[in-house]
Amino acid sequence: MTSSLILALAVFGASAVEMVEALTIVLAAGVSRGWRSALEGAAVAVGVLTVLVAAVGVPLIHFVPLDLLRVVIGGLLLVLGLNWLRKAILRASGHKAMHDEDEIYRKTVSSLTESGKAGSTRDGVGFVVAFKGVFLEGLEVVMIVLTLGSSSRHLALAAVSAAAAVVIVGIIGVVVGRQLTEVPENAMKMAVGIMLTSFGVFWVGEGAGLAWPGSDLFLLALIALFAATAATAIRLMRSVLPSGVA
Amino acid sequence: MSDPDQHAGESRRARAPNPVVRGLAVFGHFWWDFLVGDTPELFVATLVVIGLAVVLHRQRVVSILVLLAAVLIVLGLSIWRGRKRLK
Repeated sequence: MTSSLILALAVFGASAVEMVEALTIVLAAGVSRGWRSALEGAAVAVGVLTVLVAAVGVPLIHFVPLDLLRVVIGGLLLVLGLNWLRKAILRASGHKAMHDEDEIYRKTVSSLTESGKAGSTRDGVGFVVAFKGVFLEGLEVVMIVLTLGSSSRHLALAAVSAAAAVVIVGIIGVVVGRQLTEVPENAMKMAVGIMLTSFGVFWVGEGAGLAWPGSDLFLLALIALFAATAATAIRLMRSVLPSGVA
Repeated sequence: MSDPDQHAGESRRARAPNPVVRGLAVFGHFWWDFLVGDTPELFVATLVVIGLAVVLHRQRVVSILVLLAAVLIVLGLSIWRGRKRLK
């Protein structure tokens, strides 16, 4: 139960972060090249990603031994989680620039406007840009859905959590327009990084035959440990920031 | 006399990889970026953590401490490596 809830939260958070990035590109494509093609490109990308989850996830669950799956997938989650956590800590402590959705939006609109005026009906450029944006950002989500879903045998829960994030961020995006800088993206990335790292360590151990104290509940201890580590690391890294660097 | 433009075109065609090779290259590039990217230390550390878990899983307390210490140390080192330095 505990691990299912954390799994749903981790997938939801990761999908929401990636969806914010994808939405920026879709909005830019829609404004500069026409909404019809941009929305079609985004919808086709979501369809391809859904097929990918079903085509790879279902065989993974049915044909690969669970312990092997958990070690391999735990390793993948650990690499991904540590990367997200590292980046989020460097950003929060001022050692790396924050992800600027407004800047990405401006650049995308400007390059799309330079490449000619869109037609009144369908526009190939708008379709391709929206498709690529959603597909590339979504691949990481697919990876997380597949890894978390298949190693815990909760692929459907993981897929539904990801879909919920896509729908909710999509609605928020439509409501707030393009004010995506208001979304606390780095904090979300940090939380997801902590959860992915915790799942990674947990499943590498479980797959290797290690019995964690308290079973699934140990996940909460891992999350607390990595959250405390992140908070300490941010404080320490702020203290070594060269003077004059914002 | 042979036409240099025609030669250049044939040579380009001969060098161009076929779609299968190109597909494999894109696939390999995706996984390289995903797993290694600009933080190879995290990838190597993950392999080490998996190895430690397999070797030490019977010694419960020791393996838990060693696994967590390994992850925390490599995360700390990787963050330190990514810090801003004075130019």
